[in-house]
Amino acid sequence: MGELRLMKGNEALAEAMIRAGADGYFGYPITPQSEVIEYLTAAKPHESTGMVVLQAESEVASINMLYGGGATGKKVCTSSSSPGISLMQEGLSYIAGAEIPVVVVNVVRGGPGLGDIQPSQSDYFQSTKGGGHGDYRLIVLAPSSVQEMSDFVPIAFDLAFKYRNPVMIQSDGAIGQMMEKVELFEPIPRLTDKQVKDLYPWATNGKPKGGQRRIMTSLDLDPARLERHNHHLQEKYHTIDENEVRFEEFNCEDADYVIVAYGSSARISQKALQLLRAKGIKVGLLRPITLWPYPTKKIQELVKQGVKGFLSVEMSAGQMVEDVKLAVNGKVKVEFFGRVGGIIPSPEEVVDALEHKLIGE
Amino acid sequence: MTEEIIIAGFGGQGVLSMGKILAYSGIMQNQEVSWMPSYGPEMRGGTANVTVIVSDERISSPILRAYDTAIILNQQSMDKFESTVKPGGTLLYDPNGISKHPTRKDINIYKVEGAKKAAEMGNTKIFNMIVLGAYLKVKPIVKMENVVKGIKKSLPERHHRLLPLNEEAVNQGTQIVEAVNII
Repeated sequence: MGELRLMKGNEALAEAMIRAGADGYFGYPITPQSEVIEYLTAAKPHESTGMVVLQAESEVASINMLYGGGATGKKVCTSSSSPGISLMQEGLSYIAGAEIPVVVVNVVRGGPGLGDIQPSQSDYFQSTKGGGHGDYRLIVLAPSSVQEMSDFVPIAFDLAFKYRNPVMIQSDGAIGQMMEKVELFEPIPRLTDKQVKDLYPWATNGKPKGGQRRIMTSLDLDPARLERHNHHLQEKYHTIDENEVRFEEFNCEDADYVIVAYGSSARISQKALQLLRAKGIKVGLLRPITLWPYPTKKIQELVKQGVKGFLSVEMSAGQMVEDVKLAVNGKVKVEFFGRVGGIIPSPEEVVDALEHKLIGE
Repeated sequence: MTEEIIIAGFGGQGVLSMGKILAYSGIMQNQEVSWMPSYGPEMRGGTANVTVIVSDERISSPILRAYDTAIILNQQSMDKFESTVKPGGTLLYDPNGISKHPTRKDINIYKVEGAKKAAEMGNTKIFNMIVLGAYLKVKPIVKMENVVKGIKKSLPERHHRLLPLNEEAVNQGTQIVEAVNII
């Protein structure tokens, strides 16, 4: 068993970045995730693993530092909260276009605009539908506990390098700020320069003798070539969609109704599920772990299995519910319940919404 | 066993660290724990609260609207949280600074003169440990030996010379808690 600690989500995330063998973190503080850079600077990983931690001059600078670091085959990451992540969207589009592996963490707060600093999930569209320009996808992981804030970091790096694609960990202020028991994983050593050269022949770490100059760019002014590149990206996204869907289900086997919720909302919905089951209502919970690729097929299986209705529970005005509706495709009822502006719904409110919106009429 | 607790008072009373020590004590006996603080603008008003859950099972929602126990340390928190204790639940408060005492008849109510005792002991900072002791007397959800370990884990090493004082404060709390209303 690994080391047990009581940690905030943000602290567990920072510790996991060091343990995952990251080469660099480039970030800029913003509530509710400033503990990440605070923890990293206090931990001084440059003295232990050699990992670089740098406070950039802005979020725009940090995402472009990721472009540079990732292009050389190094494991690089950043974290921010909603307004900061908005500033990074141009860079993310370039990174997706140039196929650079990076990990970006969004500890979401209430929006739009500067909004507030309370927990929210209203960046779902931005994460999953492309916040920047062009046809691209981020792989999006949604932790729902402090343990997963730690566990998802090495998974995110693995996915980023497996597909040469930016990976987003979409958390929220509640998971960032709360403390839970965490079992820390054994540290993974940083790769040596030689390992990077051997593993990632695409990386721009010096022109090989007699070889071609390598360029990591998203610019291609030849439409035919750019179309081919886009087709290649779409094939990659298709492969990811086929292979990387992750979810967790609770009590779905005999469920008449299924709540779909991720992150903090899934935790609240788990409590709601217990309250509803105690009333004799057969409710299940589907928790998407990847927000993209989405567990569309799982939802379709649940429809076939006889589920009569779905309730999407979110801390947004109704974003993920669109993906539930796409999956259900009009076959059964899909309803939405959410709170916005940084308000966290209570389990009792979810119970009420399910009883009135799904069962009531 | 699942115990859902809200601890609420002024910033500076040690509300958040009391919760942290309780959570660490749970970990020391291999239980699941969550510690969800109020943060941000609601803290700027001077009040602080934290929801702590200690359970033998995986914890669902870390955010709650009804609690098994409320530990209340100022009047604003009494106004806000007395009504959130589940029927049959427990309310523990320090009467110092409370103008309107709790009135519910369907819950167990206890009081602890924590602020007074801390002043007698010559260190107002151990107030929260006195209150923690009082709580654990009423609801012994974690073993004392694990509380001691929890304090040690929570206090930075440079403050470890204060461990005996903190232990003594917990011990004093267990002795001075008084029942006000028992159902």
